[in-house]
Amino acid sequence: MTRNYFLQTFTFIIALAFTAKLIELQLISSNYKSLSENNAVLESPVFPERGFVYDRNNKVLVANQPGYDLMVIPESTTKFDTLELSSLLNLSIERFNLKIRKAIRYSIKIPSIISSEISKETHAIIQEKLWKYPGFYLQKKSIRKYYYKVGSNILGYISEVNENDMLMDSYYQSGELLGRQGIEKYYEKILRGEKGKAFYQKDRYNRIIGPYEDGKFDIAPIPANNINLTIDIELQKYGEALLKNKRGGIVAIEPETGEILALISSPGYDPNLLVGKERSSNYRKLANDTISKPLFDRGLQAQYSPGSPFKVLNALIALQEGVINKETKFTCNKGHFYARGAFMECHCKIGTKNNLTSAIYKSCNTYFANTYKNIINSKDSPSDGLNNWKNHLSSFGLGKYLGYDLATGQPGFIPDANYYNKWYKKGGWKAPTIISNSIGQGEILTTPIQMANFTAAIANRGFYITPHFIKSINGDKKTKKFEKKRTTIDSIYFEPVIDGMEKVIQNGTAKIARIKGIEVCGKTGTIENFIRLNGKKTQLTDHSMFIAFAPKDNPKIALAVFVENGYWGSRWAAPIASLMIEKYINKNIKKKWLENRMLNGGLNDEYFKPLSGKPFRINE
Amino acid sequence: MNKTLIYRIDWIIIFCYLILVVFGLINIYSSTYDNETSSNLNSLIGKQIIFLLISISFGIFILGIRTRFFQQFSFIIYMISLLSLIGLFIFGQTVNGANSWYFLGGISVQPSEFAKIATTFMIAKHLSGFQTNIKNKKSLIMGVFIILLPVSLIIMQPDPGSAIIFCSFFLIFFREGLSFNYLILTFSAIGLFLVTLLAPINFIIYSIVLISLFFIFYIKNKNPKSKIFPTILIGISSIVFILSVNFIFYSVFEQRHRDRFNIMLGIIEDTKGLGYNVNQSKIAIGSGGLTGKGFLQGTQTKGNFVPEQQTDYIFSTVGEEWGFLGSFGLITVFVVLIIRMLNQAEKQTNIFRRTFIYGISSLIFTHFVINIGMSLGLLPSIGIPLPFISYGGSSLLTFSLLIFIYLNFDSNRLNDW
Repeated sequence: MTRNYFLQTFTFIIALAFTAKLIELQLISSNYKSLSENNAVLESPVFPERGFVYDRNNKVLVANQPGYDLMVIPESTTKFDTLELSSLLNLSIERFNLKIRKAIRYSIKIPSIISSEISKETHAIIQEKLWKYPGFYLQKKSIRKYYYKVGSNILGYISEVNENDMLMDSYYQSGELLGRQGIEKYYEKILRGEKGKAFYQKDRYNRIIGPYEDGKFDIAPIPANNINLTIDIELQKYGEALLKNKRGGIVAIEPETGEILALISSPGYDPNLLVGKERSSNYRKLANDTISKPLFDRGLQAQYSPGSPFKVLNALIALQEGVINKETKFTCNKGHFYARGAFMECHCKIGTKNNLTSAIYKSCNTYFANTYKNIINSKDSPSDGLNNWKNHLSSFGLGKYLGYDLATGQPGFIPDANYYNKWYKKGGWKAPTIISNSIGQGEILTTPIQMANFTAAIANRGFYITPHFIKSINGDKKTKKFEKKRTTIDSIYFEPVIDGMEKVIQNGTAKIARIKGIEVCGKTGTIENFIRLNGKKTQLTDHSMFIAFAPKDNPKIALAVFVENGYWGSRWAAPIASLMIEKYINKNIKKKWLENRMLNGGLNDEYFKPLSGKPFRINE
Repeated sequence: MNKTLIYRIDWIIIFCYLILVVFGLINIYSSTYDNETSSNLNSLIGKQIIFLLISISFGIFILGIRTRFFQQFSFIIYMISLLSLIGLFIFGQTVNGANSWYFLGGISVQPSEFAKIATTFMIAKHLSGFQTNIKNKKSLIMGVFIILLPVSLIIMQPDPGSAIIFCSFFLIFFREGLSFNYLILTFSAIGLFLVTLLAPINFIIYSIVLISLFFIFYIKNKNPKSKIFPTILIGISSIVFILSVNFIFYSVFEQRHRDRFNIMLGIIEDTKGLGYNVNQSKIAIGSGGLTGKGFLQGTQTKGNFVPEQQTDYIFSTVGEEWGFLGSFGLITVFVVLIIRMLNQAEKQTNIFRRTFIYGISSLIFTHFVINIGMSLGLLPSIGIPLPFISYGGSSLLTFSLLIFIYLNFDSNRLNDW
């Protein structure tokens, strides 16, 4: 009677088959389980608001403002007036159509950005007309707002990550923002915080229909940190104003702490140029300006010969090495023969006998050439002498990266014996061969921040703290410790040199930098420089250089000022330095006439000379 | 109805029935649950509950009807049903391209559902006739005719899914003595059909020739006198069949038909287009794991990823929210229901009642196989509901009435009429 049971048997077999398939789908193959999590649940990052940046006096430098992205979901659009919308967005119709096509190619269901970081003003106009464009909507996001038009070289900027960034750090996903330069880059992790996650339930049209499991699995973001910089924004602003229409840099450091009070690079640019939808075109404009190079941070990256200020370092090394003392005198006859047939000029009168102090304030080349010779010859061989000299300089942070908290910089250059052995064969060079180093010309290269740093070391009588920009994070002073670094010079040797630097202002080369009531110590520099013009080495007008610190006792500020092609040191650099000091210490300027001259004066004619294509005169 | 009915009625089936309809309501509620309003009582689930109450009221009324009444009125019921199917061409409403619905005062009615009851009655009446013997060609042709009449009307709607369901009535014929050779033939044809789609046609033809030759040598070797003609005939007809399948598949079928088969056979992968429903259903079921995500917790269900989830794909909700245990439990209840009814049918002495109960079982069986098979991706997608579980008033009413008629027939097993 199988006939009576055939359907029962069938039912059983089918049920077994179903059970087997169920076991496969639900118990064995996890493949279908994870897929479900992917297509039904949207994992969406939750960004903490990016941290604010304040200056040392708690003035807001950088905060956030709402920006808007115009998004489109191609599927939801209807026929619309592309011409009107593209003109609202200030896009050409071709570009607009290209963006729409790209969005369609990416996905017709998932939103794509058509125009990013629309300003508040444009946003208002678009918002009003948006009803005409179904499928388009504005998505709010947080973008940077800069309260001052200065300090862009310090603050840097943020922009959307590219593919390379995402490869380097898997934290970032497409469309997220990343610090590109300056503080924004160096303190990226502190300023951004740590994004969290929110999970949303999606439907099959990819629409969010609510939080997933009431947010049970959400991860709260770690809030970002606000930071205080060591910058005094008023000083920064003033410095940028002083360098207007000039090229150069100012670096001001508080010697006791190594805190950078101002870092000015001229020409600079308004940091707000790199916010919003014009960022990339503005950036291109700035980057393409290869003549005045606004993106080039002259304070950190420009490597110049240090010039006369370097003499004070040679003096310190000589004192430490015992090859001179403060009474040592050398005779200058408007210069001297440092080797047979090789004469180094000096502006001292014939027969001048300079001691250390007067040599510094008169900036006597002869004196320091002899001093340098003594340093080099103090050891068994010139090589040893030179390497020892370099060693001293390294202790002032020269010839290497300083280790400050920005990702831009240059090491400068201090030559050693190997370097000269390559040029001349070994033993083929002696002190006179490299005599230019004595007066800060020759092969030596320094950056303005290195100059400011060694000035701070002198002001501290023998040590410096690695210069830095961070003062506190969330008001917590205990930030990363910046080391105190001792120089190789004993503190007793600093006094005669500092006396000389004080005389520079009192009765030496930089009388113009005197400030009533403040004992300023400094040293001018006038630096010969050359460029290659039409294949020929051409000399340009000298760079104007000044280093200074003040007051003499318990110095509050040490700085280096550099004005390209500004001619002699006290013409531009020294007055600017004195105004900076006065501004920082006294808060107001008494020497208005000098201030006006500096603020209004410019060197654009000078910079135009080599570009004019005509013969030109220098140092006039 | 009398007092002894309580003792005579099949409580196992009532129990199964209640489990299924309540479980159905739960899953319909979940499938149509809207997060925002947190309520859908006034919509689909409400309608389904109303239909359930109507079904039970009708059902209780049915319990009091004598078997003889059904037998006498079978033909009339059948004719009314056919008329209602014909009427669709004049008064019907087209939904999703099929003209299968009447709209009566806000309620949509699907007459093809009720045609299932009517046809069951007519088959039972035919098979229980004094002169009917299914082994007899005349009786068989009459039986086939009874089935094909509504099928042809339903195909014209067109609603091929429901039409296929009517094939389940052939299962009764086998119970009543139809040769199993027909069944073997059918399965062989289906097998050959699938093989034709899966393998190169030349290869299959050569294989058939080789197998036939081998078989002939084998039987000749064993007994030189045996006839080789039947083997040759089978071989040739197989090849003809394969060639015609090939022709039909590639020349008569449209691309969309071919796609359905190809997706089911795994020849082409298409998770975004036609294969979307099945794939989403499998994802939902697979995501349930052992214990499922719990009532209203199914992310696939909430996300509405599976189309038609409250109707044809309700099993994916079960799979996702109740997991393997829930799905297996549901299958078990169906198996118990079907086998219990079949066993009880065998105890019947009245042929009308027995064939009718066989009809009910076959109907439920076919729905069960096709619907769950489709949800699991084992069968091509054919839009038919899962009895008692899927949303749909006509379907729920139809199957409820069938259950109550069963309860009636079973409890009166010992009465002659």
